[in-house]
Amino acid sequence: MTRLRSFGFWSLVVAILTYMTLPTLVVLMTSVNPTEILAFPPEGVSFAWYEKALTYPDFQSAFKNGLIVTSLASTAALIVGSAFAWLVYRYSFRGRGVLEAVLWSPLIIPHFTLGFGFLLLGGAFKLQQGYAMIVLAHMVLVMPFVTRAVYVSLAAIDPDLARAAANLGASPFHVLTRIELPLVLPGMAGGWLIAAVLSLTEFTASLYVTGSRTQTLPVAMYNYIREYADPTVSAVSAMLIITTTLIMFIADRAFGLRRVLAIDTH
Amino acid sequence: MIQRRPFFLTFLAPAVLTAVILAAALFEVLQYSVREFVPGSLNVGGFTLENFTRINRPIYWWVLLDTFYISLLTAIFSLLLSYPVAYALVRAKRDWVRSLLVSLSITPLFTGEIVRTFSWMLMLGSDGFINSVLRKLSLIDLPLQIMYTRLGVVVALVQFSMPVMIILLATAISHVDRDCEKAAANLGASPGAVFWRITLPLTLPGILSGLVVVFAWTMSAFSTPQLIGGGKVLMISNLVYLQGFSVLNLPFAATLSVIALIAALGSLVLMKSLTGRLEKRLAVR
Repeated sequence: MTRLRSFGFWSLVVAILTYMTLPTLVVLMTSVNPTEILAFPPEGVSFAWYEKALTYPDFQSAFKNGLIVTSLASTAALIVGSAFAWLVYRYSFRGRGVLEAVLWSPLIIPHFTLGFGFLLLGGAFKLQQGYAMIVLAHMVLVMPFVTRAVYVSLAAIDPDLARAAANLGASPFHVLTRIELPLVLPGMAGGWLIAAVLSLTEFTASLYVTGSRTQTLPVAMYNYIREYADPTVSAVSAMLIITTTLIMFIADRAFGLRRVLAIDTH
Repeated sequence: MIQRRPFFLTFLAPAVLTAVILAAALFEVLQYSVREFVPGSLNVGGFTLENFTRINRPIYWWVLLDTFYISLLTAIFSLLLSYPVAYALVRAKRDWVRSLLVSLSITPLFTGEIVRTFSWMLMLGSDGFINSVLRKLSLIDLPLQIMYTRLGVVVALVQFSMPVMIILLATAISHVDRDCEKAAANLGASPGAVFWRITLPLTLPGILSGLVVVFAWTMSAFSTPQLIGGGKVLMISNLVYLQGFSVLNLPFAATLSVIALIAALGSLVLMKSLTGRLEKRLAVR
C-alpha cells in the first residue's frame, strides 16, 4: 500500500516536471529540425537555422546591443547594490526604510509600468531610445537580486572578525578591503551573474525603452516572431537557453545559487 | 579627523541617486495619468481626472475582470501543480534527486519570457507539438484550437509561475516540524491523515503567500497574453501597450499602468494582513 502510494506520488511528480520541461525540449528539437514545418519525430539534424540566426543582421546587432546593455547594467547594479547592501548591514540611519522600499520596489512593480516610466523620463530629457535609459531601466530591475545576494553573504560573516581586526589596529578601510570584501566576493559574483542573466533575457521593459537601433535580443526575437514563422527563433532560443543554463550552473557550483536565492531544502 | 561612520556618504550617494531616478520614472507615469490627451500629438495638455473616469466603461471593466480571472486561475493551478513537486523536493531521501528537482524546477526562471512564450507557441499552435502528437495517435481529426484562447494563455502562465511557487512552498514545507508528523503517525493517523491534518495546515502561510505572489506577478504578465493571446485575449498590460504604441494615447496608458500598480500593491498588502492573521491563529493553537 505504501509502495503503491509512493509510486503514484512519484509518477505525478514526473508528469508535472514533464509539463514544465517539455516546451524547452521542443524548442531545442525544432532548432535542429531540417524542415520549416514541425515534424515529430524529427527527420534529421541540421544546423541551417543556427546559420540563419547567426547571419541575420537584426539578431547580430541586437546581440551586440544586448551585450553592451547587460554588461553595463549588471556591473552598475553590482557596484551600487553591493555598496547599499553593506550600508544596510552596517548602519541604521534615518530614511533607510524609505530608501529600501524604493530600491526593492522593482520586484513588485510591473515591468511594463517601469519601462513606460523610463520611456517618459527619457522623453523628458530627450534621451528616448538611447542606451542611457535602457541601461538605467535594466540596472534598477536587476539591482534587488544583487543587493540580496551580497546582503546574505555579509550577514553570514562572523562579526567578531571585523571587531578583532579593528582592535588590532586595522583602519575601517582595511577592515572593509581585507576582511569583508574577500568574504563577500563569492556573493557578489553570484549576484552579478544572476543580474546579467536577468538583464540579458529581460523583455517587457526593454520593449518600451529600446528603439529599432538599440533593440536588445529578446525585443528582436519578438519582432521576428510577429513577422515570420520559421525555426530561426528556435535556434536563437536554444542558444539563449544553453547560455543561461550554463551561467546558472556555474553560479550554483561556484557560489551556491541556492543560498543566494534563499531556498533551503533541509 | 576620525570619521564616526566611515564610508557612509560614499556608499549612500549612489544608492540615493538610483532611488531618485527610479522614483522620477514612476513619477512621470503618475504625472502623465492626470494629463489631458491631445489627439495626434505626443505632447500632453493640462491637468485632468478624465482618464480615470474613462476607465468606467464596459470594455475596460472586461479587460480588468479578465486580468483578475486569468491571474486567479493561474495562481490556483500553479499551486496545485507545484505542491507535489515542492514536497518531493524537500522530502526526497537521496541528494541527487533533490539537486535534480531543484535544477529542473528553477532553470525555467532564467530563460526569459520571450523564450518561454515562444516555446509555448510551438507547443500549442495548430501545427504545434500537442496537435501533431494527438493527430499521430489518431485521437483527433482537426487540430485543437488552444492558441489565441484563455486556456492557452493560462497553460503557459502556470508553467512560468511554478518556479516561484515551488521556491515559496519548499521553504514552507522545510519549516514543518517533523516531530509533529511523527507524533500523529505514532498515535495511529494514516499517512493521508498526517498530510491533510498536519503538514498541509502548517504550510498554509506559504500557500497563501505563493498564491498572492503568483497572482500579483501574473497580473503584470505581458508577452504571454500578447503572443499566445494574439489580440483575442487582452490583459491590462496589453491594453497599456495598445494605448501607448498604437493609439499613442500616453496619458490613458499611464492611467492604466497606475491602476495595474495599485492592483499589484493592493494584493501584496492583502497578503501581509492575511498571512499575519493566519500565523497568529496557528500560533494560538
